[in-house]
Amino acid sequence: MNRKALAAAAMLLATGLGLGAAVAADKLKVGFVYIGPVGDFGWTYQHEVGRQMLVKEFGDKIETTYLENVSEGPDSERSIEQLARAGNQLIFTTSFGYMDPTLKVAKRHPKVMFEHATGFKRDKNMSSYSGRFFEGRYIQGQIAAKMSKKGVLGYIGSFPIPEVISGINATMLAAQKINPDIKIKIIWVNTWFDPGKEADAAKALLDQGADVIMQHTDSPAAMQVASERGALAFGQDSDMIKFGPKTQLTAVTNNWGPYYVERVKAALDGTWKSEDTWAGLKEKMVVMAPYTNMPDDVKKMAMDTEAAIIAGTLKPFKCPVLGQDGKEVECKGGDALDPGQVLGMNFYVKGIDDKIPGK
Amino acid sequence: MELLEAIILAVLAASTPLLLAASGELLVERAGVLNLGVEGMMIVGAACGFAGAWATGSTLIGALCGIFAGIALSLVFALMTLGLAVNQVATGLALTILGIGVSGLIGAGFVGERISTAPRLYIPGLTTLPFVGKILFGEDGFVYVSIALIVAIWYFLYRTRAGLILRAIGDNHVSAHALGYPVLKIRTLAVMFGGGCAGLAGAYLPLAYTPFFVPGMTAGRGWIALALVVFASWLPGRLVIGAYLFGAVSILQLHAQGWGVGVPSQLMSALPYLATVVVLVLISRTRSGGSTAPAALGTVFVPDR
Repeated sequence: MNRKALAAAAMLLATGLGLGAAVAADKLKVGFVYIGPVGDFGWTYQHEVGRQMLVKEFGDKIETTYLENVSEGPDSERSIEQLARAGNQLIFTTSFGYMDPTLKVAKRHPKVMFEHATGFKRDKNMSSYSGRFFEGRYIQGQIAAKMSKKGVLGYIGSFPIPEVISGINATMLAAQKINPDIKIKIIWVNTWFDPGKEADAAKALLDQGADVIMQHTDSPAAMQVASERGALAFGQDSDMIKFGPKTQLTAVTNNWGPYYVERVKAALDGTWKSEDTWAGLKEKMVVMAPYTNMPDDVKKMAMDTEAAIIAGTLKPFKCPVLGQDGKEVECKGGDALDPGQVLGMNFYVKGIDDKIPGK
Repeated sequence: MELLEAIILAVLAASTPLLLAASGELLVERAGVLNLGVEGMMIVGAACGFAGAWATGSTLIGALCGIFAGIALSLVFALMTLGLAVNQVATGLALTILGIGVSGLIGAGFVGERISTAPRLYIPGLTTLPFVGKILFGEDGFVYVSIALIVAIWYFLYRTRAGLILRAIGDNHVSAHALGYPVLKIRTLAVMFGGGCAGLAGAYLPLAYTPFFVPGMTAGRGWIALALVVFASWLPGRLVIGAYLFGAVSILQLHAQGWGVGVPSQLMSALPYLATVVVLVLISRTRSGGSTAPAALGTVFVPDR
């Protein structure tokens, strides 16, 4: 009896002192699921940079864990579940293919907060976040059209998902404004990370007459092949200038750190809510690597375009957008395609002489 | 013609790591040992090969580092499965996991570093020949080594007494032991050879294919090599066909996409696997029976003393 009373008193005292203190004493455990190795020098590497920023910012207030090389599909569900059971309260799943697995695990662990990158499904305890990478791709398309002597661009795609397709379309729309006859060759490698295959795809594109290589895969292999052949290329996810000092024109790099800091802060404060974040050049979630290996006028054009996109005066998917059949695509966002249309994009714009695989 | 030349060059480059790793594994399996750790030995070979070449600036030393790394890892396998008679399948799988971890550790400091690509052969007058010049006389050393290696393995297996003994051990280790052959010693040597080949195959990737190191860069090639050995029904000739066919279809499907052939890329990506399996199965159908698996493959042998 006495003991029970004591416990009750202790509990009252704890509540009186405030839950905040009790929570603060407990570290917030934050988990990350990565598609590739942290040293891929591309997509996963940038998320890892973001995680390190968290560690720096919050020190011992948080405890972070990551799982790397987690393939999409059933394997990922197991890994996410594992992180949730290990007591992680905030879990970032950083690849498109983790979307449904994350949603399933989120339903099973309603008290755990989930953050899924580049997807479109959400729940009470599952946010989604992504970059407007197509803004950077638009700038790349302009530069590519200016720099290509043969008028043929080579594009290495990973999987035909909306994010990649919107990147191809943004590239093409920008390139057509500079050179209406520009051609684009697209090769899908059906993997995010296989340096050998990415290199083979780059070789095939160059052998077929492309002279500017752009990629939506995660390793610097394509950059390196282009550099060996004396062609030009764009980096992807990370600044890849090291692999092509005379090759890289620029790179669309991903800067997740500030977002991660913001979300962890919200989780610590107890103000975390399920949200949909879609940030671009303006918010600095998408950052262009320095413009290199191009004449000053092209550089100036690129910088002007970047400034216009940030200011909101230039919209890459400004209406009218014409589909492959030449018909105008329905314009749901007033003067430009609305976010839903871009995030779910599954058509090529006019001028792309190819078919979306499996469509 | 120029395009065809470029395609053939790319096919040779893509097939070489598969051929190297599969050649070694073929000999190992012919000795009756199933080492599923090819992927692990390859990736460690890749990390050490890159480290060696980065430190010395020499592709040859890099390749040797890759070979020794592969052998070192294969010795772990030999110790477990031959010395302690542990299950080969489990040990091989563990070896892959170990290899991926070790390579990440070794390679961590080298991510983002660059080296120059392996030098290519150049014979004045021959390499400059139109079309065939670059293909026959302008490859990097690995390509020639891989071809020499599989020819040597064929010769060893079918034309030497030692090869006969190795095959006998792979088919019936009890009888071979009764005849007085040192089963475990020969198997250890075979496993080491396989390790060296896998290490070299791994080293090929950062030394000649894509001259930088990233963790996981073998991307499953070790598993493909393993599958090739089985589908080639343990015959060196068929292994060559299988490896080059796989490489050829992998490259051609990329080109087909660039040309805009209206086949879904998902199907294209599956084609190398489909084509290789279908062709090798057809080959073994047409010839009477073909060679089957070494009878003692994967079984543990403990000599009675």
